[in-house]
Amino acid sequence: MNQFVTRAIKDIFKNGYLNTVAVTTIALSIFIVSAFGLFVLNTNDMITAWKKGIRIMAYLRSGISNEKLVEIEFKIKQHDGVQDAHFISKEEALIFLREKMKGQSSLLEDLDKNPLPDAFEISLALSLKDMTDIETLAERIESIPLVTDVEYGQVWLKRFVNIFNLFRLAAFGMGGLFFMASVFIIGNTIRLVLYSRREEIEIMRLVGATERFIKIPFYIEGFILGALGGLIGIIASFLGFLLVSSNIFQGISSDLFMIRFFPSDISLGIILCSIFVGWLGCYLSLKQFLKEY
Amino acid sequence: MMERNEKAAIIRMFHVFKRFGKKNALVDITLDIFKNEFVFICGPSGAGKSTLLKLLYLGETLSEGQILIEGVNISRIQRKKIPLLRREFGIVFQDFKLIPTKTVFENVALVLEAKGKKSSVTQKKVKSVLRIVGIEKKLNAFPPTLSGGEQQRVAVARAVVGEPKIILADEPTGSLDIVSADVIIDLLDKFHSRGATVIMATHNESLPNKINGRVIHLREGHLETLTAGRQD
Repeated sequence: MNQFVTRAIKDIFKNGYLNTVAVTTIALSIFIVSAFGLFVLNTNDMITAWKKGIRIMAYLRSGISNEKLVEIEFKIKQHDGVQDAHFISKEEALIFLREKMKGQSSLLEDLDKNPLPDAFEISLALSLKDMTDIETLAERIESIPLVTDVEYGQVWLKRFVNIFNLFRLAAFGMGGLFFMASVFIIGNTIRLVLYSRREEIEIMRLVGATERFIKIPFYIEGFILGALGGLIGIIASFLGFLLVSSNIFQGISSDLFMIRFFPSDISLGIILCSIFVGWLGCYLSLKQFLKEY
Repeated sequence: MMERNEKAAIIRMFHVFKRFGKKNALVDITLDIFKNEFVFICGPSGAGKSTLLKLLYLGETLSEGQILIEGVNISRIQRKKIPLLRREFGIVFQDFKLIPTKTVFENVALVLEAKGKKSSVTQKKVKSVLRIVGIEKKLNAFPPTLSGGEQQRVAVARAVVGEPKIILADEPTGSLDIVSADVIIDLLDKFHSRGATVIMATHNESLPNKINGRVIHLREGHLETLTAGRQD
């Protein structure tokens, strides 16, 4: 095996130009796919963080007795997915509103009576992950007698999640396309390498080399090219990430979540995927090439 | 004579035909080649000399007939066993067929590596063979930096390093000057005297006079004559 590895490494250097093209192609593909991956990863984190901050406001009919309030609170807390329910009286709500609208407080001065309803502010358990879960819970709370309305920023959150899902789908689609394009380009680059070495392959056959003896160093080359391309691609992605995260996205990061790079297991997975792409490109082109020549 | 043929023939050809489309390259060749013979296949260009050699190492496939090498019918050989058959041969080509990106040593070592020989054995054998062909000082040189004569010596070294039973030489002196050509003929004769069967295709009718061997004449694919070469 050592002999094959040595041959493969020597051959990589001897066909430096074409192999550099192959490594660059793999690295570029990995870089582009990683950029999409990072976008999906961080947007997902962002949505998860925002979901943690979501509160359902359950507005109540006016003039409810304390006994009824306790009963409603009990019914709300009975539902799965509810972490806590905190009663906010309409007086507290008005004070809160006045504080929020300090600049335009004159708007509230002429009010004859407090127009705000009593409400329960409901914080959600972390187990609620999907929008549909939140929607279902909101519907259940709304169906409790004396609850007139519920609100949780559903319209904008739904839109945002839909857009995110679209991006995620696009990222997976692009990832798949880049994977196929990479295999195709790498396969053709390796075909060029093989074509430039067809005389060598012919000579090997004439001196009694088996197909296995001819193929193994090429497979090792594909493996090494894939690993190199993957490593360079992931390093380039990391450098690009550092550049972007320290400038453009600094404003987006908050206490709830931090923009992050791929964890080590995903980075390793990307490099393994790149090795597979290198080997597959090599395998397919070698199979076709050895049939033709 | 017949009894001797059956006992000692290393290659037997029976009514061999080779056609390329409608063109007959070889027509009804029946021939025995004996162990440790030096055989010249002579004839003008296009006579079928190279095709005959190619049929032996399965560079081409037969159209009709049978070829037995050490009793094995090579037209029935499985594709995956072709490399094993080729290891029985050492082949020397007119255009050397050396790998330009590999050193002299690596070119010659390739044969032993393909056979799965240990690195230490390969080192020893390659150096020994390069010494015999007189090119041991250039073992780290790349073929394009060598003269034609030197390159053909490397090709001879590659052909003999695996100690093949049969050496096939296809116009090995065709692109060499007289002095270099003589060196190559002497080298082939040296390995012949060590026990190898040598079959050399050449259009140079004077070469057989230098070696004690048999001459086979081909013309337009037909076997014309079988004559003795120089007899010592």
